[in-house]
Amino acid sequence: MSAVTHHVPDAMLAAYAAGRLPKAFAAVIAAHISLCEDCRAALGAHHALGGAILEETSKVDVSTALKSDVLDLLDSPFTPEPVYERKGVYPGPVMELLKGREPKWKTLGMGVRQDILFGDAEGSVRLLFIPPGQAVPDHSHNGLELTLVLQGSFSDETGVFGVGDLEVADEHLEHTPIAGEGAPCICLAATDAPLRFRAFVPRLMQPLFRI
Amino acid sequence: MLSVNTTLLNAERRPAKPRISERKSVSQASNEISQQTRWMLAVRDSRDRDAFVKLFDFFAPRLKGFIMRSGTSSHQAEEIVQDVMLTIWRKAAQFDPHRAQVSAWVYQIARNRQIDLARKENRPLPEELKEDPGQEQDASQILGVEQETAKLRLALKTLNPDQREIIEQAYMGELTHHEISAKTGIPLGTIKSRIRLGLARLRHELKDLTQ
Repeated sequence: MSAVTHHVPDAMLAAYAAGRLPKAFAAVIAAHISLCEDCRAALGAHHALGGAILEETSKVDVSTALKSDVLDLLDSPFTPEPVYERKGVYPGPVMELLKGREPKWKTLGMGVRQDILFGDAEGSVRLLFIPPGQAVPDHSHNGLELTLVLQGSFSDETGVFGVGDLEVADEHLEHTPIAGEGAPCICLAATDAPLRFRAFVPRLMQPLFRI
Repeated sequence: MLSVNTTLLNAERRPAKPRISERKSVSQASNEISQQTRWMLAVRDSRDRDAFVKLFDFFAPRLKGFIMRSGTSSHQAEEIVQDVMLTIWRKAAQFDPHRAQVSAWVYQIARNRQIDLARKENRPLPEELKEDPGQEQDASQILGVEQETAKLRLALKTLNPDQREIIEQAYMGELTHHEISAKTGIPLGTIKSRIRLGLARLRHELKDLTQ
């Protein structure tokens, strides 16, 4: 866990703390923080700054009804949100996206598999399974792509990424990640391209089949 | 609000983390621990309703002011404040003063709940740290976190109005991470060094936890 060397950029962590990241990216950041003490501490510092701003904010009186309503509700029963525990290589936030199930892998060819976990207008997030030594086709993206390694490793033009490492790639990065030897590489990857299976799959398949 | 007293200013010259022999006992330091923290601990450990009322009186008007600043109506803001205050009561067990000052913890809840309510979905959150239940309360660590927060607050005060506005916008969720990144050209050195100090302290604490 202490071997994590690729972290969340500070501006992105601030945006995450403020709840401003699209859900697909927020899920990857939450998963990274679950694996990375440095980023958990940095997030704590951002919360502290947010808290300082909150304390300094001009007060606006609340209605008397609000206080009595809240006090009346303290003893009322409520359903706690389910807590998803880490399972194997999948940290809690990934288990939450999986809703506790095992990944349902769909083959993309050449042993590469994926399971799309979530998508909305702002982005999508998927698990990728890449056999050892296999290149993930050179893929350009429209915008931001976050990739978090959960098992094994990959390397590309920018460096080597092991378990817990986060790669932040923008549209300028043309890269060809290759899975390391050893265990298959399992990644959690988010992009802000809208969820278009037809567009994504052929683009990914194209270089694989050299078509 | 914490007043900046001489204890806090003297603390600047103290080492970042006192050696064990220098650690204060809870009773020695408890007088210096802020009221909010004592209220929150009473809520967490004894489900103390009077202490909760004190927290409500302190935070509810600030939360309402904070939420309304981004254009939310008074009525809607009160609904969010109600939800946040109930969440504080219900999730009190997760409050850990060794890692977060009360306002930082409340800020985190407020941002997440405001967005969850607006979007009707749950923000992805990192796994909760599991602590050794037998872990002794370390008053000097609690005090240290409060002192870092007080220093952050002081640093905020030294910003000029434009700089302050950007920081506030960022932590109120009004800026994307690209915008936060783009605006770091503005000298935020003091804030950043405070974040790093806080980060170092929190990281130290996290390492202690995992040993």
